[in-house]
Amino acid sequence: MQYQSKIWVYGGLVLFFLWNRDINKRVNSTKVKELIILIMEVIAQFMNGLNLGSIYALIALGYTMVYGIAKMLNFAHGDIIMVGAYTLSIAMSFLSLPAPVAIFISMAVCALLGIVIERIAYKPLRMSSPLAVLITAIGVSYFLQSVALLIFGSQQRKVESAVNLPSLLIGGVEITGEAMVTLGVTIFIMAALTSFMKYTKTGMAMLAVAEDKGAAQLMGINVNKTISVTFGIGSALAAVAGVLLTSSYGFVGPYTGSMPGIKAFVAAVLGGIGSVPGAMVGGLLLGIIESLSKAYISTELADAIVFGVLILVLLVKPTGLLGKKRIDKV
Amino acid sequence: MKKVITKRNIMVALLVIAVYAALFFLVNMKVLNRHYRSLLAPVGINVILAVSLNLTVGFLGELNLGHGGFMSIGAYAGCLFTIYTDLPLAIQFPLALIIGGAVAAIFGILIGIPALRLQGDYLAIVTLAFGEIVRSVLTNMKVTGGAGGLKGIGKSTNYTIVYIVAIITILIISNLVKSRHGRGICSIRDNIIASESLGVNVIFHKLLAFVVAAFFAGMAGVLYGQNLGILKPDAFDFNKSIEILVMVVLGGMGNLTGSVIAAVVITLLPEILRGFSDYRMLAYAIVLITMMIWNANPRFAMVKNNVYSWLHRKRGNAR
Repeated sequence: MQYQSKIWVYGGLVLFFLWNRDINKRVNSTKVKELIILIMEVIAQFMNGLNLGSIYALIALGYTMVYGIAKMLNFAHGDIIMVGAYTLSIAMSFLSLPAPVAIFISMAVCALLGIVIERIAYKPLRMSSPLAVLITAIGVSYFLQSVALLIFGSQQRKVESAVNLPSLLIGGVEITGEAMVTLGVTIFIMAALTSFMKYTKTGMAMLAVAEDKGAAQLMGINVNKTISVTFGIGSALAAVAGVLLTSSYGFVGPYTGSMPGIKAFVAAVLGGIGSVPGAMVGGLLLGIIESLSKAYISTELADAIVFGVLILVLLVKPTGLLGKKRIDKV
Repeated sequence: MKKVITKRNIMVALLVIAVYAALFFLVNMKVLNRHYRSLLAPVGINVILAVSLNLTVGFLGELNLGHGGFMSIGAYAGCLFTIYTDLPLAIQFPLALIIGGAVAAIFGILIGIPALRLQGDYLAIVTLAFGEIVRSVLTNMKVTGGAGGLKGIGKSTNYTIVYIVAIITILIISNLVKSRHGRGICSIRDNIIASESLGVNVIFHKLLAFVVAAFFAGMAGVLYGQNLGILKPDAFDFNKSIEILVMVVLGGMGNLTGSVIAAVVITLLPEILRGFSDYRMLAYAIVLITMMIWNANPRFAMVKNNVYSWLHRKRGNAR
């Protein structure tokens, strides 16, 4: 359903550009030209939003997976992005490895880190209150940030883009290679993740654990292993998000991941937490809202608007746009 | 009706006076140098913040990541009041404190109403979002001086005023917690469904905890502004909220004495150990993680219980 509507949107955009180019030649009236320029600007901002939104969506996928299965908000998810970005930058500039190898290393490091964090910090708290788990997660997030600060310093590092694609010019709107790759990768990962959950044994085990931990264990599913795998996959996704984020923006610092991480959580909540398509929709929507409000309202207030949207959504529909209603059993 | 004048209350009152006398002596006899004297007011302000946050985190059992936001609202409201009015200080300052607290409390209601529908992680994120919204709005407003900060606030506070306000805060919150409403708040933390079915008004008690905490955070904000003489939105960011949370967690969630001690320690320690400042954030993180893991560990809980019962037995013997 979503892919179809997406195809229609893109098809429509391309047609509009083609038509637009002709009109540019024919019409000389300045007013129409101004209008066209304005529309082009909006579309350029829209593309920016899609780029940002797909990164949010990718991070939100990791959040949603972990939230669905471990029933906890992994606050440190955003900082794993930062670790992924640093790993990439070291692998590419110090060890001068080719980009695909560096990306693979970064994913592996992050997956391992995610599993280790789960083992050390979250596993002892599986029986504790959600409050204790959340506070621990905040602690882990702070831990990663301050370790990065101690190792690399507060100065932001320049990172070469891992994507080597020329930008595309369609009807006067420039689409960077990074934006195209980001969107493509996000859609691919979402499709892959959905089919992984549906068709593989591990994926089905994950769904079962998400549904009912105790029952899953009785059915012979290794719950601990499944949760570890979930953290591993979620963190590897975070690494991909880190690679794409730094490819688009070119810098990495100790706090690179925290804001996108929080916003991606907002995206996950917006789309309905626990739902994979919801994460995608929420991420894209949030990215577009953010870049449009940055361009047309105020750069400084963009964050406030994003968070305002979150509060509004939670007020009107606490389960998010595509979320399922959860019933508390006594 | 319980007796107000008990042995315990007299002891506490004497202790309060003794601590103040000690501070007075240390300051006036120039035992403390200028640097340490300037730390007294921040210690008191952090005590107020930690104790008020403990009401929501420790007693209500909901994580509030926007305490810095409430603090900043109170700070700006109170300090703008002192800048734009021209009253004698004896009237102006208490009024500013109350206005700062009241405005923060109004925002506490505003954020509390949507929060009533939510719990746990969602509520935590909403409070975080609230803090960020407040910060970016304050940065963009003209009245508040934007990112450059609000200047020209009279420095009309000192350690005595902060000490008095801190004592009042502790008194009110510890009495609230022991009251009927306080037990209602605690019952929501322990089991929301059970307390609801027993007739506890969950909405009212949640809101009460939020608003009271916001009120005192706002007052602390006014004291903060009056102490420094300048307010900047960035001083009240997410890190500030986390710093207060660390105090609450280190002192023990649901333990006011612990909050006071932790607030004093966490404010003074980085100043005493100068080389430590680079590792402050790391230490906060480790405190948060280890405290939570230890508390979940049955063996640690047993040791803690033994220590408590030993302390109580000792106190019982003394009586």
